[in-house]
Amino acid sequence: MNDDTPVLSIRGLTLALPEGADRDCAVEAVSYDVARGEIMCVVGESGSGKSMAANAVMGLLPKGVRATAGEVLFDGQDLLRLSEKQHRRLRGLRIGMIFQEPMTALNPLMRVGAQIAEVFEAHGKFTSKERQARALALLEEVGIPQPDRAIRAYPFQLSGGQRQRVMIAMALALEPELLIADEPTTALDVTTQAQILALIRDLQRRRGMAVMFITHDFGVVAEIASRVCVMRHGRVVELGSAAEVLRQPRHEYTRALLEAIPSNVIPAARGGDRQQPLLEVNRLSKTFRSRGGLFKPAREVLALDDVSFTLAPGETVGIVGESGSGKSTLGRCVVRLERPDSGSLRLAGTDLSALRGDALRRERHRVQMIFQDPYASLNPRHRVGYAIAQGPMANGVPRARAMRQAEELLELVGLGAVAVDRYPHEFSGGQRQRIGIARALALNPQLIVADEAVSALDVSIQAQVLELLEELKQKLSLSLLFITHDLRVAAQICDTIIVMQNGRIVEQGTAQEVFLRPTEAYTKQLLDAIPGRAHEAALA
Amino acid sequence: MSFFARFAQNRGALVGLVILLAIVLMAILAPLLYPDSPWRMVQRPFLPPLELEGFPLGTDTMGRDVAAGLMHGAWVSLLIGLVSTAVALLIGVPLGAVAGYYGGLIDDALMRFTEFFQTIPNFALAIVLVAIMQPSVVSIVLAIAIVSWPPVARLVRAEFMSLRHREYVEAARLVGQTHRTIILRQILPNTLSPIIVLASLMVATAILLESALSFLGLGDPNVMSWGYMIGAARTVIRQAWWLSFFPGVAILLTVLALNLVGEGLDDALNPKLARERS
Repeated sequence: MNDDTPVLSIRGLTLALPEGADRDCAVEAVSYDVARGEIMCVVGESGSGKSMAANAVMGLLPKGVRATAGEVLFDGQDLLRLSEKQHRRLRGLRIGMIFQEPMTALNPLMRVGAQIAEVFEAHGKFTSKERQARALALLEEVGIPQPDRAIRAYPFQLSGGQRQRVMIAMALALEPELLIADEPTTALDVTTQAQILALIRDLQRRRGMAVMFITHDFGVVAEIASRVCVMRHGRVVELGSAAEVLRQPRHEYTRALLEAIPSNVIPAARGGDRQQPLLEVNRLSKTFRSRGGLFKPAREVLALDDVSFTLAPGETVGIVGESGSGKSTLGRCVVRLERPDSGSLRLAGTDLSALRGDALRRERHRVQMIFQDPYASLNPRHRVGYAIAQGPMANGVPRARAMRQAEELLELVGLGAVAVDRYPHEFSGGQRQRIGIARALALNPQLIVADEAVSALDVSIQAQVLELLEELKQKLSLSLLFITHDLRVAAQICDTIIVMQNGRIVEQGTAQEVFLRPTEAYTKQLLDAIPGRAHEAALA
Repeated sequence: MSFFARFAQNRGALVGLVILLAIVLMAILAPLLYPDSPWRMVQRPFLPPLELEGFPLGTDTMGRDVAAGLMHGAWVSLLIGLVSTAVALLIGVPLGAVAGYYGGLIDDALMRFTEFFQTIPNFALAIVLVAIMQPSVVSIVLAIAIVSWPPVARLVRAEFMSLRHREYVEAARLVGQTHRTIILRQILPNTLSPIIVLASLMVATAILLESALSFLGLGDPNVMSWGYMIGAARTVIRQAWWLSFFPGVAILLTVLALNLVGEGLDDALNPKLARERS
């Protein structure tokens, strides 16, 4: 193959969706190339069709989706016209793929080494001894600690980042010319994400592969891309080199997306009244014990270890940490979905940690929660109005008045009173999150806990929801405990930030202190891992 | 879209509903078309179908009209199927809901109790119960209900266990709803579709169980049922095929119709899924 011809060339690809879908085509007249030795980032929000083209390349189109026009040229042959058998010969051998969720992409009942060896086996390569040796070499190459032990491990014994490394090892096993990575770091923590991105970049350079990298995160794009293709509603809106697209975006949608990224500009803290804290958390601890079985010992996990902090009325405190840091457990203890083992939890004088049963139920209206998953947090069988009104109704407000109040609240969160009679599935993720906010507000709580309230949303929607929260904070002088894994989001909305690791508070201070002058090594590490920081610094 | 429109989108369900309505109609019309007892001997025995006018399905070993038996049997089969399922649901749903919602010791206790019933083979237990209580419609209904509630309890428990940690249930706890409200208004409605599908299958199984009991001679001696008809005809199946064939087809159609209707209900009760499928 000539060095100038792109490895993969998508020309005018149109994929038709089955009838009755919300639009006719998943992607329409999409053209882009992936050249040898470059990382092509395909960026878009959910529903933009960014993954569909990759699925067409792999011959893994979902049922009902057909290619109606265009071609996908790989090494001179049109992939759309290959038979399933011919396609299978290409997959793995010449085109590798990494998926988003490494746990579900690996077989939970097979040892890691056997899964990598299976890739060779599928293409009839090497003897079984050689396969094992090569699997080991690959694990070494992707930088798994103690590869000789990892090769005999089961997927559940590895961390998320290690699993993703195994996936990469499998994808690279047969030295493909093209690697397709579909949101490979979305499910990972920031520090792990930074490591995986570095690994992909490094491997790509060493092997001279072409990489097609699908992501929704412009920070990741800034870290890794040589060229960028921005997609929206199934069309390419902008295509160009990474430097061009990031510095001088031509299309307004790209500009809007770039602007929606939470920036490093941190609003000055509004000082709350420290003398009279609203919430006083004192030496809170929580241990989770799994019930041991006949053959397995009981396991203990210390989720919260001696956590103390205060929250002033009208203040927003951000709890930041990676998965397993105990930040969600802390939030769940504050709303008393979990019972802390020891320590106290005073809300305006009442110790919530001591309450149980009916006494607790009567106090519950004082702390409300905004949940993470906008799809799971609304009962699919209840109309939106009822979902919001049920709180006041459970606390003795007559139905008619509760429903009227629900209408007002829906108006307040920008959905309009007509939403009352509709079911949750008629709304988009961002709209559902607004409903969740309205529900939390319905009881006039003294404190709202938002647990990863925006992390399931696309950036542009995320920005809108954050704006709404900011607006409500001003209007209703809300006190907010904002739990997130994303330091950038936290910096935007929080007055005080608490960084957690392994159930302990590592650092706490005003947003500006923590963000601009972190004192602890862990905080610095978290900040450094934020994708796209170098790029932003260059812009500033 | 109305409930029925969603239901009707599933063709099979519509066919099932038509068959089921036909069987219900048979049951209702039986006393009008055949006012005499189906046990009465009306013609010579072993009269093949369509041989003689007025006896479209022939007569059995004793000269009783097969068509009359079939129509009267429809009533018995449907009654036993529906009532025993209703009783089984009344036992199984609350038990499973409580076990699944509260978990822990309550769950352990209730599940060991359930397992006690599950360790005894269904049919054997039903035979023993009917034999002890004397065969009658009531004892048959009770026996069938007692052997068929454990799967309901297990299903409801599993559904509750997976639903009780859903965010909307936690949200309901947070706004201060009582356990009763959460069980009845938040979780139970979301477990309805699998329960309804299971219930429609249980009606079918109950009809089969009743047939099997009657086949063994443990049916209510005062009512003509499909199972009894097949049981009585088993010794003469080579000379008189129609005696077991027609009640057999009746059982097959009823069970099939119930399954189809169950599936249609599942679609109609789950608006989101139904919409995706359309």
